[in-house]
Amino acid sequence: MKRRQFINSIGAGAGLTALGLSAGCATVGGSKGKVVVIGGGFSGATAAKYIRMWSEGAIAVTLIEPNPAFVSCPISNLVLGGVKQMADITTSYDNLKNRHGIQMVRDTVVAVDTTKRTVTLAGGSTLPYDRLIVSPGIDFMYDKIPGLNNADAQSKVMHAWKAGEQTATLRKQLEAMPDGGVFAMSVPLGPYRCPPGPYERACQIAGYFKREKPRSKVVVFDANKDVASKGKLFKKAWADHYKGYIDYRPNHKVIDVDVQTKTLKFDFNDDMKADVLNVIPEMRAGTIARTAGLATLDNRWCEVDFLTFESKAQKNVHVLGDSIQGAPGMPKSGHMANQHGKTCAAAVVAMMTGQEVPSSPVYANTCYSFVTPNEVVHVASVHSYDVEKKTMLKVNGSGGLTPEANELEGVYAMNWAQNIWADMLG
Amino acid sequence: MSMKKMASAAGVALLLLTANAVSAQDLQVKQWASACANCHGTNGKAVGKAPALAGQPAAELVKKMAAYKSGERPATIMHQIAKGYTDAQIEAMAAFFAAQK
Repeated sequence: MKRRQFINSIGAGAGLTALGLSAGCATVGGSKGKVVVIGGGFSGATAAKYIRMWSEGAIAVTLIEPNPAFVSCPISNLVLGGVKQMADITTSYDNLKNRHGIQMVRDTVVAVDTTKRTVTLAGGSTLPYDRLIVSPGIDFMYDKIPGLNNADAQSKVMHAWKAGEQTATLRKQLEAMPDGGVFAMSVPLGPYRCPPGPYERACQIAGYFKREKPRSKVVVFDANKDVASKGKLFKKAWADHYKGYIDYRPNHKVIDVDVQTKTLKFDFNDDMKADVLNVIPEMRAGTIARTAGLATLDNRWCEVDFLTFESKAQKNVHVLGDSIQGAPGMPKSGHMANQHGKTCAAAVVAMMTGQEVPSSPVYANTCYSFVTPNEVVHVASVHSYDVEKKTMLKVNGSGGLTPEANELEGVYAMNWAQNIWADMLG
Repeated sequence: MSMKKMASAAGVALLLLTANAVSAQDLQVKQWASACANCHGTNGKAVGKAPALAGQPAAELVKKMAAYKSGERPATIMHQIAKGYTDAQIEAMAAFFAAQK
C-alpha cells in the first residue's frame, strides 16, 4: 500500500468516529472511567469537550467552574475601549452539558487528595476521579504590592486580567473619568498571561480617549525593559494613531499603591498619581495548583510532561494552560491553552482506553492584537515535540509577524475568536 | 523520521487499526488536525466567515498548503503556519478533513 493510500484510509476512519459522536452524547456515564477538570477556561473546557468527543462518550467528564458563563480575555480590551460589549465576549457553558454530556459543577475546588484521588469542593462535597486535569489559570501575587493586599483595595483598583466583572468595572471607571484625566496602567515582570495584551490595551483605551476624551492620556508603566511582544508594531501604532495619547515608560516596577490617593509607587522612580489605575500584578499558577503541590518551579509554575501534560509531581494529575511552566518560546495565551487541552485530551483518551499515547504532538500559536478598532497585527509560531529534549520546540522557519497592521486581519481576528470559543464551548 | 521509516511505521499502525476502531496513529492525526480548529472550526467545520476545511478534497488541501509553504500563494498568516508542518503531516491532516462531512 502506498503511503498516501494508507493515510487516506486513516483519515476515513477518523471521519467515521467523528461522525459517530456528533449525534450528541446525552449521558454522563463512562465505561472507561472518570475525569474531573478544575477550571473551564481555554484549556480546561477544551480538554473536557475533546475527551468526550475522542473517547466517544466512554470517559465521564465533570467540569468544575465557579463562573456562570465563560468570559474571554481575548477581545476584552475592545470592551475596555468601548467598541465591544460584555455580551460579545461571554459564552454559555450549556453546550458542554447538553451536546457533550459533560457534568457541569458550579463550585470551586479547595483541596485535592492525590492518594484517594478525590477533590473537595467549597460547597463541602467530595468527587472521585481516575484522572484529574488542573487548569485554574493564573493568580496574582498581591503580597508584592502591600497597598493592594486586601479585598477592599482590590475592589477599587482593577487588574482586568481575568475577564468578567473586572473588565466591566474598569470600563465604568474609564467612562466616569473626566476629560483631561490620566489612566495609568502597570505591566508586570514576565512571565505573565498574554504578553502583548497590555500594549493592545493601551491602544484601545487611547483610541477611546482620542474619540471621546481628547485631553486625556494613557501612561504605561512597564516593569520590563521594553515592549514584550510585537514591539515595533505596537510602537508604530502608537506613533501613527496615538501621538500625545500614550506615554510609555519602561523599567518602571510598581512596588506599592496608595489606593486612597490613586498613587503608584515604584522601586526607583517618582510616585505617579492618576485618575484611573489599572495595576496588573505579577502572576503565578492558580491557587489550587499550588496547594495541591503541583507548582514545582519556585512554588510558582507547574512543570509537566509535554506528551501528556501530566504533572511532574503527581501521577494521574495533568496541568494545563497558564499554570504551567511553558516550553521555550511558548507564550501564556488562550490559543496555546486550547492546544494544551487537545494534546492532553488525546493522551488521556489513549491512556484510559489502553492505546498508545500520540508521540509527535505539533501545534501552533496565533495571537492577534487590535491596534485600532479594526486594524490588527499578529505573531504566530508552530511548535513540535522534540524527543531528545522532551519538550516542545518552535519549528525552524515557521511563524512570524504581520509586516504592517491591516484590516483584513481584523476580520481574521474576529473569526479566530468566534472559532476558538466554539471549539471550546460549542 | 524518514519517509520510508514513517511509511513502514504507518504500515504497522494500519495492522493495529484493523484490529482496533481507534489507533494511536488515529489520535495523533486528530491531535494534529485539531490545531487548525482555532481558526477553522472543530473538525474543520468553521463558524462564521472563516474558510471551512471539512469535506474539502484532500488533494486540494495538500496543494494549497504546499503553495503556502513555497510562498507561491500569498497569505497573511498561512505561509508562516504551513512551514511548521512536514509533507506527511499535511497529507494526514488533509485526509482527516476530507473525511469530515
